[in-house]
Amino acid sequence: MEILNVNPTRMEMAKLKKRLAVARRGHKLLKDKRDELMKIFLEVVRRNKELREKVERLLTQAHQSFLVARAVMSVPVMEEALMFPKQTVELNVATANLMSVTVPKFSYATSVPRSDESDGGGDWDIFPYGLATTSSDLDASMQLLASALPLMLELAESEKTAQLLAQEIERTRRRVNALEHVLIPQLTETIRYITMKLEENERGNITRLMKVKDMMLEQTYRYRDRM
Amino acid sequence: MHRIGVIGDQDSILGFKAIGMSVFPVEDSSQAEMILERLARENYAVVYITEQIAKDMEQAIDRYKDSMTPAVILIPSNQGSLGIGMRNLKKSVERAIGADILFRDA
Repeated sequence: MEILNVNPTRMEMAKLKKRLAVARRGHKLLKDKRDELMKIFLEVVRRNKELREKVERLLTQAHQSFLVARAVMSVPVMEEALMFPKQTVELNVATANLMSVTVPKFSYATSVPRSDESDGGGDWDIFPYGLATTSSDLDASMQLLASALPLMLELAESEKTAQLLAQEIERTRRRVNALEHVLIPQLTETIRYITMKLEENERGNITRLMKVKDMMLEQTYRYRDRM
Repeated sequence: MHRIGVIGDQDSILGFKAIGMSVFPVEDSSQAEMILERLARENYAVVYITEQIAKDMEQAIDRYKDSMTPAVILIPSNQGSLGIGMRNLKKSVERAIGADILFRDA
């Protein structure tokens, strides 16, 4: 592992030690964040998978009925029937905060002009057309689509949430890995290098002192001459 | 207040008009890309695109992956599901976790 390019001094080592402590703490926090995000993400994705299966099934059914209707009705009649929708959907987007990831929350309100009680108006009245000129397969298709609407919105919400979470997890994972495998080893290595260097200097100093002492003794007592 | 858009071939999406979404019939994906771009600028929070059209415009769709709106969601067209929606889900699992742990059995 590469070591940082620093002067091997006590000052520098103290600084590095501080940095290492911060890095370790950051690493731990980010790791916790990643684990928690992962937990949420898995829940969202499981739900997402279920929803997608359900929506795809519903829409396929709706398409089938629609195709049959399409076959029995002429194109202009069909287009005329669907030209002016009765129901409008108002979609409201709020935001929610999931582990500091901002995710959308969709809520919607459909406005179906309720028909009078007198003509037996009920909640089925989403059809923008009269029943005389259209095929009943179209009704079936409409009904399926209408029942798919809440699920489709929920799907949109959870799919977007999953995408945003995935992005955040990827980013957090990168940071965790960078700290764990690059920065922290680098710091520990550098600190070790400085410690060794300092110790080496210390040893060098001691030997030098011993040598000087020997030389001084030699000078005062002239051991060699007496032998 | 936001709106919901649907992009796809005419036959697949006409029905969505009746339940209150705005539909944009297109013939090919380059047309769809232009419309998607426009819808993203306007007030659309959710855009559904049929898989038939979406399969050739992956890049344009991925552009909106990391922003909050619009949520671009793939739906099956009247020719049935191509499984692209599921595959995208799988991709985001791989992106997040690094391995596919959800669809292993599939």
